[in-house]
Amino acid sequence: MVHGELWTIKDFFVYPNEYIYWSIQIVMYPFMTGLVAGAFVLSSLYHVFGFKQLKEIARFSLVFSFALLPCAPLPLLLHLQQPLRSYYVFMTPHFSSAIAAFGIVFMTYGMIVAAELWFVYRRHFVEQAAALAAKRHGLLEELLYPLFTVLTLGARDIGEAALHADEKAVKFLAATGIPVACFLHGYAGFIFGSVKANALWMTPLMPVIFICSAVVSGIALCILSFIVVSKLRIFINSWKLKYVTGHLSDLKLKEAELAVVTQTSHYLLIFMVLAITLELLDLIFRGYTAVKSWDILRSVIYEKDFFKIFILQYGLGNLVPFILLLLPGLNLRRIVISTTLVLLGVFMMRWNVVIGGQAFSGSFAGFMEYRLPLLPVSFETFREGLCGALFIIGMPYLVFMLLNRVMPVFGAHEAE
Amino acid sequence: MMNRRQFCKRTILVAGGMLLPLAALELFDPQSLKAGKEGKGKTRWVFLVDIHKCVGCGFCVKACKIENEVPYDAHVSRTWVERYVITRDGTVLIDSPNSARDGFISTKIDQNHHGMAEVKAEEITKVLLVPKLCNQCDNPPCVQVCPVGATYQTEDGVVLVDRKWCIGCGYCIMGCPYGVRFFHPVYNVAEKCNFCYHRLSSGMQSACVDACPFGARKIGNLRNPDDPVTKIITTEPVAVLKEEYGTKPQVFYLGLSMEVK
Repeated sequence: MVHGELWTIKDFFVYPNEYIYWSIQIVMYPFMTGLVAGAFVLSSLYHVFGFKQLKEIARFSLVFSFALLPCAPLPLLLHLQQPLRSYYVFMTPHFSSAIAAFGIVFMTYGMIVAAELWFVYRRHFVEQAAALAAKRHGLLEELLYPLFTVLTLGARDIGEAALHADEKAVKFLAATGIPVACFLHGYAGFIFGSVKANALWMTPLMPVIFICSAVVSGIALCILSFIVVSKLRIFINSWKLKYVTGHLSDLKLKEAELAVVTQTSHYLLIFMVLAITLELLDLIFRGYTAVKSWDILRSVIYEKDFFKIFILQYGLGNLVPFILLLLPGLNLRRIVISTTLVLLGVFMMRWNVVIGGQAFSGSFAGFMEYRLPLLPVSFETFREGLCGALFIIGMPYLVFMLLNRVMPVFGAHEAE
Repeated sequence: MMNRRQFCKRTILVAGGMLLPLAALELFDPQSLKAGKEGKGKTRWVFLVDIHKCVGCGFCVKACKIENEVPYDAHVSRTWVERYVITRDGTVLIDSPNSARDGFISTKIDQNHHGMAEVKAEEITKVLLVPKLCNQCDNPPCVQVCPVGATYQTEDGVVLVDRKWCIGCGYCIMGCPYGVRFFHPVYNVAEKCNFCYHRLSSGMQSACVDACPFGARKIGNLRNPDDPVTKIITTEPVAVLKEEYGTKPQVFYLGLSMEVK
C-alpha cells in the first residue's frame, strides 16, 4: 500500500499521487515546539522583565521547557520515511530549504536553555556535590556524587559576588533566548507559510501566527502542569505529615499557588488576543481578496472543517476559556478547565493548518479527508496514528521527572 | 592555576581540534546548483504534449510503470492521463481512474468517494484527455525545499532524486504544485518522473513517448533549433500548466483548455 493511502479518503477529482502525506506527527511537531517556545517565554517574563509574581512558575517553566525540548524533534523522526537518515540534515544541510535550518536553530536554542539552567542551578549543584562528598554510603549517593561534581563544571565558588554574576548571566541568557525561541517556532511557521503550492499555508502571517499561538499554548501548559505538580506535592506532603514524622512544610501552598496561576493567566489572555486577532485577520483577508483558491478554501473552512475550525478551535478553544478567565471570582478549577481548553484550541489550530491544508487537492477540484489510525495494528499505524501522538505527549513528563531529580523545581536555592 | 596566555592557547587548540571534523562536512551551496542549471550546456530537455492527439489509451502509463519499476498495482504513478468532461451547463467532471493505467474503459466518471457520475452523451459539449508528468521546472520548488539536497537539477534541466540520500520528509511532495511526486512504495523515498533520464542518457526516448501510438507525447532538446519539438514550441501557440506559481514548467501543451487544472 502506498504511504498515505491508509488514512486518506479522496472525494471528486484528486491528482493520483496526492494523499495526506503530512499526518498527525506533523500536527504534533509545531504543537510541541510551540510548547517549548511558550514555556521559555513565560520563564523569561520573570527573568528579564522582572515580573515578580511569576517567580514560582518561572523556574518550573524553564525546566519544563528543557524537558519538552528533546521531545520536539521526535514527531519528525517518527514521520520520516527514512528515520535512520535523519542526521543527513546536519551532514549536508541544503540551506534553501527551511527544514535545513532545523539543526542549527534547535541546537542553538537547546544550548541557551541548558546554559541558563546551569546558572540557575549552579548553587544547588555545588551544595549537593559538597553534601554528597561528606556522606557517601549507598549506591545512589555513589552515583549522584560524580554526577553533581561534573555538573558544577569545576565552578564551586558560591560566594556573594559569584552568585551575583550568575544572576546577570541568567538575565542575559533569558533575554537572548526570547528571540531564539521565537525564531525556533516562527521558523516552524515558515516551513508551512513558504509552501507556495499550498493555498491555505501560503501567507507571510504564518510564522507570526505560529509564534503567538505557541506562547499561548506554552503558558497554558505551564499553568496546567504547575497546578497538577503542586497538587501532587500537597498530596505527598499531607501523606508524609500523616505517616512520616519530621516533614512539616508547605501547608500554605494552596493560596500561594492560586495567586501565581491567576497572575500568569492574565499574560495568557494578552497573548490569546494577539493570536486570535492575527488568525481572524488572515481569514478575513483571504475572503476579501478572494483569489483563485478561495472557492475551494471556502468550502473547506466553512463546510468541510466548520466543526473543527469554528466549534473546536475558535469556540471551545478560544472563546470559552477567554470568558472563563475574564469572569470575576477566578478559582483553580476554572483555570484548569480553561487552560485545558486553550491547549485543545491550539492543538486544533495546528490540526486545521496541517491537515486542513491537505484537505483539498492541488487541482482545486476535489477533497481529501484524513482518518486518524486509532489502533496500532502495524508500525505504520503506530507511528502515524493516535498512539504515536500520545507517546509524544507523554514523553516530556517522563523527561521532566528525571530532570526534576537533578534540578528540583521546588525548594532549591537558585540565582534569581 | 592557568594564566591568561595558557588559557588562550588551550582555547585555540580545543576550538581548532573541534573544527577539524567539522571541515569534513560538505555544505551544499545553492549558488553552485544555480550555476549548474544556468550553464550553457548543449541540452535542455523539454516535453511536448498534444492534447488533440491523446485518446486516453493509457499505454504511456503502462510503459512508464514497467520501465521505471513503479509497482504496477500501486495507486501512484510517475505519469497519468486526466479526462475532462464538460457538459452543456458548464459543469466540469474530471477523473483519472487508476492513473488511467488501463485507459478510460468506462463512460462513467470516477468521483472517488462520490461514486461514479453518469453523463448523457448529448449533454457533453467537450472532452479533453490531458497527459500529465513532471514539468522539470526551470525554477523547481521541490529542489528548493529539499533539506538535504537529495533532489537536484541536472545541467540538461531534468530534476532527479537521489534514492540513497532522500530522508523521506515529504517536503518536496508538499512543495510541488502539480502533484507529480509521491513516496515510492518499495524504496520509501520521494519518487517522480525524470523523463526516463537513463534512456535519454543512452540516446533513447522516454518510455511513454515510445509507447504512445498517436504521437501525443514528444520529447526534445530546446537548445537545438532544428529539433522538431523546439520548432513547434517556438512557432505554435503552446501553453504550460499553473504558470502563476512561477515554477517555469518545461512541459508544453498544444490545445490546452482553461478547464485543465
